[in-house]
Amino acid sequence: MPDNSAIVHGAQESATAANNANGANSAHPEQPSYLRHHFNSTEQQADTSNFAMWLFLLTEVMFFGGLFTAYLIYRNWYYPAFVAGSHQLNVIWGTLNTVVLIASSFTMAMGVWCAETRRRKGLVLSLTLTFVLGLCFLGIKSIEYREKFEKHHVPGAHYSLQSFVDPASDPEIFKEYHDKPLPLDMARHTEIYFSLYFAMTGMHALHMIIGIGILGFMIYRARAGAYTSGHVTFVENFGLYWHFVDIVWIYLFALLYLISRHQ
Amino acid sequence: MSEQTKHAEHEHHIVGPMVYVAILLALLVGTALTVWASFLELGPWNPIIALAIATAKATLVVLFFMHVKYSTKLTKLTVVAGIFTFLILVSMTLADYISRAWGSW
Amino acid sequence: MNNNNNTIVDLPDQATARIPQPNFISKENGLMSWLLTGDHKRIAILYLISITFFFFIGGALAGLIRLELLTPQADLMATDTYNKVFTMHGIIMIFLFLVPSVPATLGNFLIPMMIGAKDLALPKVNLLSWYLYMAGGILALYAMMTGGVDTGWTFTTPLSTHYVNTNVITTGFAIFVAGFSSIFTGLNFIVTIHKMRAPGMTWFRLPLFVWAHYAASILMVLGTPVLAIAIVLVMLERAFGIGVFDPAKGGDPLLFQHLFWFYSHPAVYIMILPGMGVISEVISTFSRKRVFGYTAVAFSSVAIAVFGFFVWAHHMFIMGISNYAVLVFSLLTMLVAVPSAIKIFNWAFTLYKGSITFETPMLYAFGFMGLFTIGGMTGVFLGASGTDIHLTETYFIVAHFHFVMVGGMLMAFLAGIHFWWPKITGRMYPEKISQLAAVVTFIGFNLTFFPQFILGVLGMPRRYASYPPEFQVLNVFSTAGATILGVGYLLPVLYLIWSLKYGAIAGNNPWQATGLEWQTQSPPLTENFTVMPVMDHEAYDYEWLESQKAKEVASAG
Repeated sequence: MPDNSAIVHGAQESATAANNANGANSAHPEQPSYLRHHFNSTEQQADTSNFAMWLFLLTEVMFFGGLFTAYLIYRNWYYPAFVAGSHQLNVIWGTLNTVVLIASSFTMAMGVWCAETRRRKGLVLSLTLTFVLGLCFLGIKSIEYREKFEKHHVPGAHYSLQSFVDPASDPEIFKEYHDKPLPLDMARHTEIYFSLYFAMTGMHALHMIIGIGILGFMIYRARAGAYTSGHVTFVENFGLYWHFVDIVWIYLFALLYLISRHQ
Repeated sequence: MSEQTKHAEHEHHIVGPMVYVAILLALLVGTALTVWASFLELGPWNPIIALAIATAKATLVVLFFMHVKYSTKLTKLTVVAGIFTFLILVSMTLADYISRAWGSW
Repeated sequence: MNNNNNTIVDLPDQATARIPQPNFISKENGLMSWLLTGDHKRIAILYLISITFFFFIGGALAGLIRLELLTPQADLMATDTYNKVFTMHGIIMIFLFLVPSVPATLGNFLIPMMIGAKDLALPKVNLLSWYLYMAGGILALYAMMTGGVDTGWTFTTPLSTHYVNTNVITTGFAIFVAGFSSIFTGLNFIVTIHKMRAPGMTWFRLPLFVWAHYAASILMVLGTPVLAIAIVLVMLERAFGIGVFDPAKGGDPLLFQHLFWFYSHPAVYIMILPGMGVISEVISTFSRKRVFGYTAVAFSSVAIAVFGFFVWAHHMFIMGISNYAVLVFSLLTMLVAVPSAIKIFNWAFTLYKGSITFETPMLYAFGFMGLFTIGGMTGVFLGASGTDIHLTETYFIVAHFHFVMVGGMLMAFLAGIHFWWPKITGRMYPEKISQLAAVVTFIGFNLTFFPQFILGVLGMPRRYASYPPEFQVLNVFSTAGATILGVGYLLPVLYLIWSLKYGAIAGNNPWQATGLEWQTQSPPLTENFTVMPVMDHEAYDYEWLESQKAKEVASAG
């Protein structure tokens, strides 16, 4: 049986007729070197990886979605414990971190713009700023984590209920909120609050760490001009990831720091 | 490739720095607003306001920083699909938790 | 059935036929050319080998379970060993066999070819997903050999977090990793189907195999991450005692069930939908008819995927969720029966007045239709909250999901492997012995699992090594059937390996099928097509195929 003559026949007739990104392949004999063999055009390649990145973010939404669901349920169940737990968080640090992260999102967006308009120095600067702001965020986060360690608010064997059954023993927090002591069984549920706090911010921080690692790689490549010669997909897709991480934080900030400040 | 044919033709939309600056300012204002609101005693409105402002901020990030406003329908649909499935997870789970308190028939 | 005077098989003249060179297998040699490949067809073969390996490990464990249940006493192994054996059987079969079975092998191989593309959209991600799969698989085996895990494949809290002292964390991590492999496969399929279709290949010209994979991929992408987070929380709970699932600290074990089943119910559709895709192709080809109600079958795949997200709590009816939620989830569960029935009826109407022939893939497809129907209808018993309370956690449920998963999915997998074997390898499998294997499998399957329905209704609980003596007769039937079933699964491995060297040369299109994958050489070239195909006809258009043949004859003459 002669091989695929059926296809060959059909293809030659309508390849030129089909006004299509694929059909146009032969019209552009010289293609840039970054075009992978299985794509027909750089537009198709860019569209494809953009869509793939969005689908990946979709999985991230559902990944964090499970945690948000858990948070929502337990906050409704153990509202007093969540209020007391949330009082242990420092709104100033939280606000500062929000500003840092929003700023890093901005510098990342500028980085994408620089790549698109082929500004190599601007791109390196933007990525470096994003990198530094990302590290700032983690630095502030680690200060907050350290505080929790010192007060034994990390769930597990050494978890301490001191601040919740006897709020006056924690003068810094007490003078701001004047919390009433929680009954023991409710106070124990603050551990759930802190479990979720660490699980959510920890997962978020993990995403930041991965992002910062990739940023370092990108800065190295961007200095050599890798993303400023027309092939910006990688920067764009990383930008999507970074903004997504920012969005997660915007919600974490509201849920963990802000919504339970009043009894 | 039908839907792609259309989009391949129009140029890749580049969002300029002025838009980004404007969004940055809006996000900072939103942050200030939500922190300020959290100090007020508003009862049940506290979480509602905080989450509304967070959603507004997230929407700005998605639309402009992530270029969804200028993207294809497919991208928009993907975003909506994510939100939709997340809402199924939350609402159907809560349906159980809320109605547990109603007791037996 | 054994008289093949009327057959559609059309092989080239064996005296002159040769395997076309070059092809994707012969193009490069050496281990590294396989381990670093980006070619979707080679990755599919890597998957096929590794999945078969895990299938036989899972199968061996199933054999041990059935041997133990031959007698009422726990005499072959200690009861906690039995717990470990059925747990590993479940974990391996579900996460390492059923979930990736058809998508990662046949889907990987065929989707780009069916839509007329050179490769999947993200070849490196595709390879990464295989490595993740292997990492997950090896971790699971490591956990099994260093003490095993005995929670059941569901990791039920607080048993898994507090009461057992086995490798829960290692196994959980293995599943976490394998889950990402599944996410990347699904993501890759969705992107490919959206962005890589050949000119003229509109959505409603796609083969139904592609539609089914699209629907399953949506579930993989949206569902799997929720399983991932549920497992992460179990690992954290176990390692640090975070209390989220610990009733002593105010956590709710049922929350784990919600998160777990949010994935694991859609997961059964991840497992079955690709199989349904295979059946659509096979039934159409061996009836020489376009699939009846193409649009309905296509949309029923998507409907199964969407409804799949609304029904998960029917796994939790006896666990203490609210009565009102039971009512709602019970009603919603009935909805899934509708698109499943649409498929079965439409396949039946495709057969009606078709020119049916009985090659092996078709035999497996018939097996699928019958067994899946039984499995699906018994699912309605379990979805109805009243009967569920009586039947759940008995052998009825074991029989139910084995009818769907083994009788349905495994039959579909074997149908697909036989159907596309000539395309993958360029050689035919031996027809007579494979028909025998299909019949043996069908008989063995029914003998194994049908008695379990009766056992379940009589009240034999699942997951115990011993049982009251009055259940022994049916259990002996079941174990005997499992032996036959084992033979039915070993046969294909033997003759398919044999056929790699001695099988008849298949030619491009031995089945006279219409898909684009059949219009190119077998085994295909690395880039699948010599010229970009253009789809200028509907799917399953057998008249188009005839006219192409007529043209060929004319031009050759």
